[in-house]
Amino acid sequence: MPVAASTDITVRVLLFASYAESLGREALEVSLSQPASIADVVSHIRRLPGGASLPPKPLCARNLAHAGQDDRVADGDEIAILPPLAGG
Amino acid sequence: MTFLTSDPVELAPLLASVQSPARGGLSLFLGQVRDHHEGRAVVRLDYSAYGPMAEAECARIVAEAEQRWDVAVALRHRLGSLAVGDTAVAVVVASAHRADAFAACRHVIEEVKRRVPIWKREHYADGTLTWVDPTATLQHV
Repeated sequence: MPVAASTDITVRVLLFASYAESLGREALEVSLSQPASIADVVSHIRRLPGGASLPPKPLCARNLAHAGQDDRVADGDEIAILPPLAGG
Repeated sequence: MTFLTSDPVELAPLLASVQSPARGGLSLFLGQVRDHHEGRAVVRLDYSAYGPMAEAECARIVAEAEQRWDVAVALRHRLGSLAVGDTAVAVVVASAHRADAFAACRHVIEEVKRRVPIWKREHYADGTLTWVDPTATLQHV
């Protein structure tokens, strides 16, 4: 019989700049049940203390490339939640 | 190639990296720290980045430009604490002709601002500071 945990995935979430300040940390591990999307990761983060100040659909990246809210995430992915970019 | 640096941006190596006898038109864009923003006096900017992704995104932007135009592109963005007048970003484009050099240079800096995960915190003359959010001031985009 499959155990429930086997369907879970764990992703590493990175926070930057104002978002890292709001949450009080720059990285954390998040476990989600499959299938999971970028939006599910964001929802999880927004429920944490300080997370409510993040917009519902922030800019995100998956494994060093920009990703959409509906993009699927896989076990071991690095998901970054990016405040408004201000380079240049 | 490393696109991010914590050292002052040196133009000579960037120019040398794209110059060739076949490319006689060079276009240069520099972004330097301004002393004002939204009517407030700025004294310093702190730049930070999601380093690995910023490097990857810069590489993609340069590759796209070099594929779209017949150009060679050099790009450097500085991180850390910058004073007014310091160069934050430099784009150098060399091409056989000026039209491609100007077009590619404009494209690269616009894509850097739109896609590369870099953030800046402004320090004001009154001692306060804030994270810059370009999306909050659309007139400058």
